[in-house]
Amino acid sequence: MISDWTLWLEWFIKALILIFALLGGFAYLTFYERRALARIQTRIGPNRAGPFGLLQPIADAVKLIFKEELTPAKAYKFVFFLAPILTVVPSIIIAAVIPWGTSINLFGREIKLYLADINVGVLYFTAIASIAVYGIVLAGWSSNSKYAMLGGMRSTAQMISYELALGISMVPVILLANSMNMREIVEAQRSMWFVVYQPIGALIFWIATLAEVNRAPFDMPEAEQELTAGYHAEYSGMKFALFFMAEYQKMIIICAIAAVFFFGGYLGPGVDQYPLLGPVYMVVKIVILLFGMIWVRATWPRLRYDRLMTFGWKVLLPVSLATVFLTALGILLFEMTGNSMWMWFISASSAIVFLIPVLGIYRALRRLSYGRA
Amino acid sequence: MGVLDPAVELVRGLWTTLKSMFEKPVTIQYPEEKREVRKRFRGRHVLHRYDNGLEKCIGCSLCAAACPADAIFVEAAENTDEKRFSPGERYASTYEINMLRCIYCGYCEDACPTEAITLGDNYELSYYDRRSAIYDKDMLLEPVPASAMLTPQKVEPNVFTRSVPEMENPKD
Repeated sequence: MISDWTLWLEWFIKALILIFALLGGFAYLTFYERRALARIQTRIGPNRAGPFGLLQPIADAVKLIFKEELTPAKAYKFVFFLAPILTVVPSIIIAAVIPWGTSINLFGREIKLYLADINVGVLYFTAIASIAVYGIVLAGWSSNSKYAMLGGMRSTAQMISYELALGISMVPVILLANSMNMREIVEAQRSMWFVVYQPIGALIFWIATLAEVNRAPFDMPEAEQELTAGYHAEYSGMKFALFFMAEYQKMIIICAIAAVFFFGGYLGPGVDQYPLLGPVYMVVKIVILLFGMIWVRATWPRLRYDRLMTFGWKVLLPVSLATVFLTALGILLFEMTGNSMWMWFISASSAIVFLIPVLGIYRALRRLSYGRA
Repeated sequence: MGVLDPAVELVRGLWTTLKSMFEKPVTIQYPEEKREVRKRFRGRHVLHRYDNGLEKCIGCSLCAAACPADAIFVEAAENTDEKRFSPGERYASTYEINMLRCIYCGYCEDACPTEAITLGDNYELSYYDRRSAIYDKDMLLEPVPASAMLTPQKVEPNVFTRSVPEMENPKD
């Protein structure tokens, strides 16, 4: 019989480890991004502070802490102060539902490698992810600056629009796993990763999350060329660092969620014998997915704002609805006939559906080029 | 295949950036590794000497007159055969360039009748205060080939009477 306080202690320590891992991960993600971007641009990147520049994040942190913190004269002080907190807290607490592994035995007791095993993990994720938009829009509004205001407005419109496609692109996963519990979603992928059954769903999830964390090519809220720095234009010092932190932590969390939903989470060879391999597989998958985000940032130009909205509402939303329908149909046919070939019908038919917007974009581009000629 | 173009082009972009990851970085690691400057690079000024160690500068102040930024200050003094700094009658007793004012236009080079001043290849100019931005003659003058040739020199009378040497037109 486990006494009550040890359970509390276990939770506390696990939460602490998770928070510190996220903070460290944020610091080294900035370093990782700078080095990877530099390599893509045939540069070297930061390599001066410490061996291979590994102490660069510490130097950056020290710089940000000692920077002067300005508050604009006519800012709404309380909201101005509240906004960075409202942005950074959701980015940390989303991490609670991510399963990092099964369980290990330590000090003679079973310790589960996840913080909260709630049965509506997916809903929790969507709920918390949409709180983050408050922080950004409040920051933009309370700054009393045109640039920040426009950035905040854009961010609200964009995040609300893409949240629909994001939420719907998660429905095929829920259907395939027959559960909203993150751990059960991972366990359902023992035979096959969901990215194989539902590649289009994974693609839509990926695009929508890029928009959700304001990453290039959807970084309209902080489009440097138009809005200087967007919603955090008036922030400096540690308050700015909190926005920065939130953005990068959200990147990590989103990649962790993508790994859980589509890439088998902590599953991998030998994970049942050695449960400690679970977190390792998770980290490897997260690092690979993060590289995808950096790679996309280094490659594609930013979308124009009206096209961003058109893409979200007229392309992503219908296609994600179609994937939900086709996934449900495939599962239904599989259960009626018992023939597992019907599972492949899901990926094949959604690939065909994906061709429709591609065709549409092709025709739109052709019309444009005729118009110009 | 034209229909798939929108998707194919996006992937081709990704492929291009991925390929460039494996190219050799173009970065020059500056303090350890320095790039040769171009032949006509205009860096910090150098005051030149003749092969016998005499200074080329005759203190005529034409460089100061040509300077659009008013960065150069020259004060001249008389040469004697006992204490000779440069050929001819006069030499520059004070020669100062304010490196914060200088715009590195090279007009002083063009104005100089004896080719005494040129803009060299040193670009590493940094100072802790404004005073040390003023470079005096000792800092600008190029070193002598051997210690016996330091100025002032004691020379035979009536040898170095001409202040401007015989010169050819520049070739480059």
